[in-house]
Amino acid sequence: MTDAAKIPNGSGAAAILAAGVGSFALAALAFSGDKSPAMKNALNWYKPTGALSGVTTGAILVWLLIWVVLELRWRKKDVAAGRAAVVALGLLGLSLLLTFPPIVDLL
Amino acid sequence: MEITVRSLWALIHGMGFGALYLLACSGALVELSRFLFPGRHQATPGGERFLRIYLVAMAVIAWAAVLTGAYVIYPWYRAPAPTGTVDLAMYPQRLLQAHADTSGWHSLGMEWKEHVAWFAPISITMAAFVFIRYGGDLKNHKQLRAAVMAFVVASFLSAGAAGFFGAMINKYAPVQGGPTIHISQGESK
Repeated sequence: MTDAAKIPNGSGAAAILAAGVGSFALAALAFSGDKSPAMKNALNWYKPTGALSGVTTGAILVWLLIWVVLELRWRKKDVAAGRAAVVALGLLGLSLLLTFPPIVDLL
Repeated sequence: MEITVRSLWALIHGMGFGALYLLACSGALVELSRFLFPGRHQATPGGERFLRIYLVAMAVIAWAAVLTGAYVIYPWYRAPAPTGTVDLAMYPQRLLQAHADTSGWHSLGMEWKEHVAWFAPISITMAAFVFIRYGGDLKNHKQLRAAVMAFVVASFLSAGAAGFFGAMINKYAPVQGGPTIHISQGESK
């Protein structure tokens, strides 16, 4: 580590990867709710909002849980941040596709 | 001049939080790029503090937008119409689905908007955290700053898609009803 780069990159990589995983969790839950009536029912955590309540709350819980776990493991380390960023951005891109109705209907 | 409570909430959600977030995104992108890419701009402690507060405010606005959307507006939007209801004006989803010309605003617009909007608060919360944690030191972390910028761009695009469909849906099937708030008395001609 150079003198200028005093803060290890682990904390930032953890936040970035967790954001990618959280976004993908949202897309995966939305997709599963769309494809399975049982899953749609299971995601109906707040009746006025319907399955969207379970999709979004579930994804937020996954996001925060992954973030906390990664933060605790990586915060004092330098990790492969480039790889974490590529995975996170890949998951974010997949999430954008997986929530787009015409693509969901094709799958 | 009057407005219904539901219309006022739609206004707070869309024009208040949503539009404000989109405006703030362009500012954040400019400020972040000036701050994070060395050689273009000399960072100052005051500028760094401002950007931290700015990003936190954006995260608060983004969460306020999706939470009011999902838990205040959306229940009114998707409310089922009682059997035999002829006038669907109070049931926006049913109103859109009742006509082939407008059903796409629900099946494509709302179905995408209700999910894609959530990428914005997740992304900007991450960006705010990373900037607060690293500040000027991000200049030394090329991968982190590139990823932060990409996520902020993605949050702008997802909020933009959600905002566009929200505006169009509200044009064809506005959320309305509830108590009426009288703002002022005009003159009739």
